[in-house]
Amino acid sequence: MHNGEIVLELKGITKRFPGIVANDQISLQLRKGEIHALLGENGAGKSTLMNIVFGLYQPDEGIIELNGQPIVMDGPNKAIECGIGMVHQHFKLVPPFTVTENIILGMEPKRGFGTDLKGAASRIAELSKQYGLNVNPEAKIESISIGMQQRVEIMKTLYRGAEIIIFDEPTAVLTPQEITELLQIMKRLVDEGKSILLITHKLKEIMDVADRCTIIRRGKMIETVTVADTNQETLAEKMVGHRVQFKTDKRPANPQDSLLDIANLVVTAENGQRAVDGISLSIRAGEVVGIAGVDGNGQTELIEAITGMRPIESGTIRLEGRDVKHGSPRTASEAGISYIPQDRHKHGLVLDFDVSENAVLKSYYEERFNHKGLLDRQAIEEVAERHVEQFDIRTPGIHTPVRSMSGGNQQKLIIAREIAKEPKLLIAAQPTRGLDVGAIEFVHKQLIAERDKGKAVLLVSFELDEIINVSDRILVMFNGRFVGETTPETTSDQELGLLMAGKHQGGDRG
Amino acid sequence: MEILGFLINGTLVFATALIFAALGGLIAERSGVINLGLEGFMVSGAFSSAVTAYYAEQAGLGAAAPWLGCLAALVFTVIFSGIHVIASVRFKANQVISGIVVNMLAASSTFFMVKLLFDGAADTPVITNVFHRIHIPWLSDIPFLGKALFQTYPTTYIAFILVIIVYYVMFKTPLGLRMRAVGEHPGAADTAGVNVNRLRAWSVMVGGSIAALGGATIALTANSSFAFNTISGQGYIALAAVIFGRWHPVGAMGAALFFGFAQALKDQVQLYEFARAIPTEVFYMLPYVLTLIALIFTVGKGSSPAALGQPYEPGKR
Ligand SMILES: Nc1ncnc2c1ncn2[C@@H]1O[C@H](COP(=O)(O)OP(=O)(O)OP(=O)(O)O)[C@@H](O)[C@H]1O
Ligand SMILES: [Mg+2]
Repeated sequence: MHNGEIVLELKGITKRFPGIVANDQISLQLRKGEIHALLGENGAGKSTLMNIVFGLYQPDEGIIELNGQPIVMDGPNKAIECGIGMVHQHFKLVPPFTVTENIILGMEPKRGFGTDLKGAASRIAELSKQYGLNVNPEAKIESISIGMQQRVEIMKTLYRGAEIIIFDEPTAVLTPQEITELLQIMKRLVDEGKSILLITHKLKEIMDVADRCTIIRRGKMIETVTVADTNQETLAEKMVGHRVQFKTDKRPANPQDSLLDIANLVVTAENGQRAVDGISLSIRAGEVVGIAGVDGNGQTELIEAITGMRPIESGTIRLEGRDVKHGSPRTASEAGISYIPQDRHKHGLVLDFDVSENAVLKSYYEERFNHKGLLDRQAIEEVAERHVEQFDIRTPGIHTPVRSMSGGNQQKLIIAREIAKEPKLLIAAQPTRGLDVGAIEFVHKQLIAERDKGKAVLLVSFELDEIINVSDRILVMFNGRFVGETTPETTSDQELGLLMAGKHQGGDRG
Repeated sequence: MEILGFLINGTLVFATALIFAALGGLIAERSGVINLGLEGFMVSGAFSSAVTAYYAEQAGLGAAAPWLGCLAALVFTVIFSGIHVIASVRFKANQVISGIVVNMLAASSTFFMVKLLFDGAADTPVITNVFHRIHIPWLSDIPFLGKALFQTYPTTYIAFILVIIVYYVMFKTPLGLRMRAVGEHPGAADTAGVNVNRLRAWSVMVGGSIAALGGATIALTANSSFAFNTISGQGYIALAAVIFGRWHPVGAMGAALFFGFAQALKDQVQLYEFARAIPTEVFYMLPYVLTLIALIFTVGKGSSPAALGQPYEPGKR
């Protein structure tokens, strides 16, 4: 497998964006039948490089060679023609369309004047079987899970005859179960002779499936290593340039009085169902409470109720004894609740605003940022500069629109803003989704530092490692209720996994 | 019974123009471009068809005149739909504003051209060779139904046939699939190899010309001429029909029939004794008031194309 011929070669690729060199003379070889991982910090330039291969960006310098022939990728069409497919980080699927319609879009088989939907569906069923993808061609995209949607993306590339498939952080949005299945599918794809370029921040996945790994640091290629000859620690060190701690140091918690008290909380979801079904919970100052669970078991609604984004049906939410229910996000924020949202694009940032404007999104109206009814730009810029420095936010400047920043740096900006507010309660939902190991370490340290400052921290995560690593107390949420409580010292992945699947502690609920 | 027949027939006649315009609007909006310019396209269609039919008549072309008028409407309106395309698709300007500008431009320029062509007159001379009601053999002899449904203008029949065609293209052909994809999620269409902006440009222009036919039918049936107030807001009603019909050709047709009914009702009601006491202006308000009410009850934007109004920027992350 390691001696397959070279199907794709990048030679000296350079790409500049205003104020930054995203790719600096990067070279890389992809062999037939290999899974080639790309590893690098947030903002290192991985997505940029892959977008160049897929023809979405044009390189400023450098050559792309396909099977030894130099080729100009002047658009996704050209890439598809060349047998290159890409599964994007944000899926490119039309929600109200069926699986079949999404797959054939742009390459529709015809019958007479019309589309041959039947023929297409059977062809898709065939492909689905060949690669063990198991997708239902008739289902609508909006009604299938994220994992399934991703398979549809894979099918799209296969339907177009892709020989090389690029995956940009495919596992960031998946549940652990779905991740295992995806890795299986990838192995199956290379067994069938496809070649894969895989971007991921999860070293475990690289160790599991990749044959080789190319490491990029700040736009420069560091080296390509054979995965069998290395280990996670070495990879991480090469990526960030110094040793990385996987387990965050923390002293035992020193919890004080109870700070957040929730009693019999009921919250309904959009579909009218009870998403949070009579939950009670207290968090004390100086402790981190982690809520584990599979996505969609009411975690989102619980958090939205606490942060005033969603009305509550019944029950009470008290912060330091004062009622905060029926609030708005503004009142929740002013009561001392900070929130690192799960979807940073939707709830965390205004993407077309710059760094400084986003830094004061929750405080722009305060006196310190106002001067005779006008915004005090200087005061705002000072705050932004401070955030950038303290939290090592990599950006060309504080007037860069956050849309152009990498996901990791966007996240750091949110965390900076939320922590700087000096909250009493810090809520973090999936705070490290899409972050590199260095950034994850950083975020975890920040959460624990807040705890040590006597704040209450509520962490919601689908990742067991994160929950076990950071929490002092763990609650497992299933179907809108807590089905178990444990501590990181006494629990195991297995126990949490069972609880998350709805197997009740004590086993009486089967 | 007699009255009901008149009412149904009137509904069909008034709905015809709205159906054309609504279909045209729907084609553009399904591809993601807000089409407030419908009014302008209808004005342009009414103007160009009336002028062409008039000169064709002068040239002795007789019965061919209205058909040539329609052809002219199709072609001439590309000027206005082209402006909308250049502004809102090519240069990514605000689609609402671009549409309003098109409307104002169409209203003022056609008014000006009428003055220029007809020695300062405010409207075109009356055209005699316009569309006439055709009686479909056999069917029109059916009692009641025959009079109601099968004694009307050829353009009315064309409008209904067009509904079927648009439905088929939109939902059964590759072209329709691409159009809808571009309106829902242009990024998905682009990465699947569909040229988003080209498809949007075509949709706006084809839609604009179809809407122009709506204007032409008004000028060449009921009015037999063109003046600045020939269209008077029908384009906006057609846009309401698109929304009321939830961006579906059959739905839009239904909505157009409803609004057509409101207009027919206006004419019928005025024949009654009790109506004399009410100022006619009140009846003229009727279709617009009903439009407003209908729109209030169609809240819930669930069915509008997801990318409606958003210019496509490929690099956007
Ligand atoms: N369209 C753009 N305009 C301006 N700058 C950009 C653009 N795309 C990327 N950049 C910049 O280029 C750098 C590399 O970004 P890229 O998205 O490739 O990083 P990445 O390695 O994929 O990071 P992550 O792991 O967070 O996804 C970043 O500093 C980013 O801000
Ligand atoms: Mg990336």
